Amino acid sequence: MVPPSRGEQRVSGREHAIAMTRLNVNGRLVEVNADPDTPLLWAIRDHVGLTGTKYGCGIAACGACTVHIDGQPIRSCATLLSAVSETQKIVTIEGLSPDGNHPIQRAWRELDVPQCGFCQSGMIMAAAALLAEKPQPTDADIDEAMTNICRCGTYNRVRAGIHAAVRGRTSG
Amino acid sequence: MNKIDRIRPSRRSLLKGAGALVVGFHLAPKGALAQAAATPAQTPEINAWVVVHPDDRIVLRMARSEMGQGTRTGLCQMIAEELHCDWSRIETEYVTPGQSLARNRAWGNFLTAGSQGIRQSQDYVRRGGAAARIMLIEAAASQWGVPAAECSARDSVVTHAPTGRTLRYGQLAAAAARLTPPNPVPLKDPREWTVIGQSKPRLDTAAKTTGALVYGADLKMPGMLVAVPRRCPVFGGRVKSFDAAAVRNRPGVRHVLAVGENAVAVVADTFWQAKTALDALPVEWDGGENARVSSATIDARLTEGLDAAEAFVGNSQGDARAAIAGAARKVEAVYSYPFQNHAPMEPMNATVVWTPQRCDVWCPTQNGEAALVAASQAAGLPQQQCDIHRMDLGGGFGRRTTHDWLADAVLIARQVPGVPIKTMWTREEDMVQGRYHPVTKCKLTAGLDANGEVTGLHMRISGQSILSFVFPNALQNGRDPVQFQGLNASGAESAIGYTFPNLLIDHAMRNTHVPPHFWRGVNHNQNAIYLECFLDEVAHATNQDPLALRRKLMANHPKHRAVLDAVAERIGWGGPLPAGVQGRGIAQQMGFGSYVAAAAEVSVSPRGELTIHRIVAATDCGVAVNPKQIEMQVEGSFVYGLSALLYGECTVKDGAIEQTNFDTYNVLRLAEMPKVETIVMPSGGFWGGVGEPTIMVAAPAVLNAIFAATGKRIRSVPLKDQDLRRA
Repeated sequence: MVPPSRGEQRVSGREHAIAMTRLNVNGRLVEVNADPDTPLLWAIRDHVGLTGTKYGCGIAACGACTVHIDGQPIRSCATLLSAVSETQKIVTIEGLSPDGNHPIQRAWRELDVPQCGFCQSGMIMAAAALLAEKPQPTDADIDEAMTNICRCGTYNRVRAGIHAAVRGRTSG
Repeated sequence: MNKIDRIRPSRRSLLKGAGALVVGFHLAPKGALAQAAATPAQTPEINAWVVVHPDDRIVLRMARSEMGQGTRTGLCQMIAEELHCDWSRIETEYVTPGQSLARNRAWGNFLTAGSQGIRQSQDYVRRGGAAARIMLIEAAASQWGVPAAECSARDSVVTHAPTGRTLRYGQLAAAAARLTPPNPVPLKDPREWTVIGQSKPRLDTAAKTTGALVYGADLKMPGMLVAVPRRCPVFGGRVKSFDAAAVRNRPGVRHVLAVGENAVAVVADTFWQAKTALDALPVEWDGGENARVSSATIDARLTEGLDAAEAFVGNSQGDARAAIAGAARKVEAVYSYPFQNHAPMEPMNATVVWTPQRCDVWCPTQNGEAALVAASQAAGLPQQQCDIHRMDLGGGFGRRTTHDWLADAVLIARQVPGVPIKTMWTREEDMVQGRYHPVTKCKLTAGLDANGEVTGLHMRISGQSILSFVFPNALQNGRDPVQFQGLNASGAESAIGYTFPNLLIDHAMRNTHVPPHFWRGVNHNQNAIYLECFLDEVAHATNQDPLALRRKLMANHPKHRAVLDAVAERIGWGGPLPAGVQGRGIAQQMGFGSYVAAAAEVSVSPRGELTIHRIVAATDCGVAVNPKQIEMQVEGSFVYGLSALLYGECTVKDGAIEQTNFDTYNVLRLAEMPKVETIVMPSGGFWGGVGEPTIMVAAPAVLNAIFAATGKRIRSVPLKDQDLRRA
């Protein structure tokens, strides 16, 4: 293939709506040079460069974009960059654990939960937040917290995975 | 850990490693296995499936695509079974359709649909593993100067039993590659299998738990720009005009483009800049005649077809019309099935670099070869100057077997030569520019004798043909044979499970301007509802048990009956209902080469709220390669099928699809998901698919259970539009 090259140079004077925002992402302070109306999702994906957080709907309906802000699960596609301050701790799937061994991630591997996997970053972030809030969630808790959409159909394994993560954590 | 070269699947990366053993088979044009061939890696050999690297890594080259269905793991089990290799060292690579084209279609069919990723590849992939094993043993025997018959292979090590000497596959690869491949290549007796049939963990799970897996939507390249397109919302319409100047000076915007006759696109530094500029772009569309079409006009056209004189015959036994005319009693009902969107979680996308000499595309596709054809046409370049670099799919379900989105991405990139352009659809575009589950209606008429026995059945389907839109050349004198999935008189793919004294199944083709497509389960989805729910109606109308009625008609269809019996037994058919359950329903169907049945337990609250308590599913897929993977596909099929049953409906207003996102096109969520019990009961001797079959029985089993619970017969889906309260 032909080596990719920049087709044009940026024309100056176009950045009138662009501003510098500082974010704390996965424990790192990063500067994002974007329109403050940009959803956090796109700041994370296109500016910070972390693509584990997915775009699925853009209207907070599917949960593929779920990240934690100060431990709370939020849908980053419907959270504006301007609404997040640098004192708030944003955690994405890449920062959930240092080595991919959060109890939810371990349980997900043990049970082979993902199918296509595109929704699973959001699923895992939602499940991890649930466990943080309720260490021993009931099925009703899981029903209420896990509203993410999966089209492949992993729901029953997501439920089993959450229960397995509880067992793994309490036994290990 | 499975490693896949996603970004640079070039020849060099595929063939790197001096002395690697490359074994493969030539597929004759009709797909028949012709001749084995093996050559050292440096020479331009043909048709390679298995590569053994000097460091003992085993690489399976995949023609099929992975979209969550587990084909990658299943294919590796095929190779490992015959190769006797170390399972922990197996990796896979996607071959490109360009590489296959350059080698006379060495890798055969790339299509990953119709639940055939395993069943249509198993023979030549297993032979690839077997040939490699034979050659590695031969190489070792030759080195030791002993008969090959005294040597055996296990876990990537060849052992000479009499002396206890061993050599690793990696040490033997270079010598083995120089040997003449065996011909013919014998395969193991299935009774000797130790890998096929095992619930091996998936090879690609880990990267899906850390965000590390790079999907097409995640691709980044130096200097890449992002394009967001929008087509005329009315299918068949065009762009009348657009005002590029209105958005050209917005931040990050680089280009505002026409895409063919019917679309526009904004190219910007980031997705969000392109998307918001596109939203602000004034566009005037010309929907033409199609702008007058609505769901009501389509429904009227389909209704007319239910009684039309002319129809294509799909299955005819005896004289059903005469039997019904002379029957003591008739039962008749009309059913309907709506348009539905595939809605994979990853919206359509493709990254393209186009120059006047070459076009490269990185994308998730279910058919690399079809993608190459689409790219070549849109690029204005011969296929030999194009290639498709596949990424794992964020869902497919049939949508990614067709490449309208890829063609548009190439048309965009052609206008920005040399620059990588990632074209990404919004969810809204994905919803309104889908390729939809076909819309049909069905009138079923049964003639009954004085004892309530069925003397004749006429099933008239009216509605859209997929083939007439997708592959018109595959029509048979105008008739679409795919229309009759699950209703065919015979065959190994999708035969009906009942014998009626007189039967007529025909199709009045009534196409619309809304493009139909293969949608996971395809025409089985409605055909199973039509036949399985209507048989339920006949059973109740004649005071027969729905299972007993079916079994009477299934004497000549033992495999269909076996799966039905299995679910009936497991759910306790005929026995007392568990607390909270109000009714049970059953259904069966054969499709994609497999026999499936489902039994459901439901309740309906006084306010009409449905709860599906439990579903039992049985699958006879002949050979079960990986029982755990099958369970996952069965569970997933229920989610897909129940989503369709509960919520799936696209409606048409002024020629355009009205549902634009998951708020208006809802899908099943975790809280609604019933407990699923899967019975995998492979009877052996054939290879059936598992990715789709269960979908077709999900809806009819639940609909029949709803009738048992409430006395309400639902003949039109989705249920969100229906009042389930007791009559």
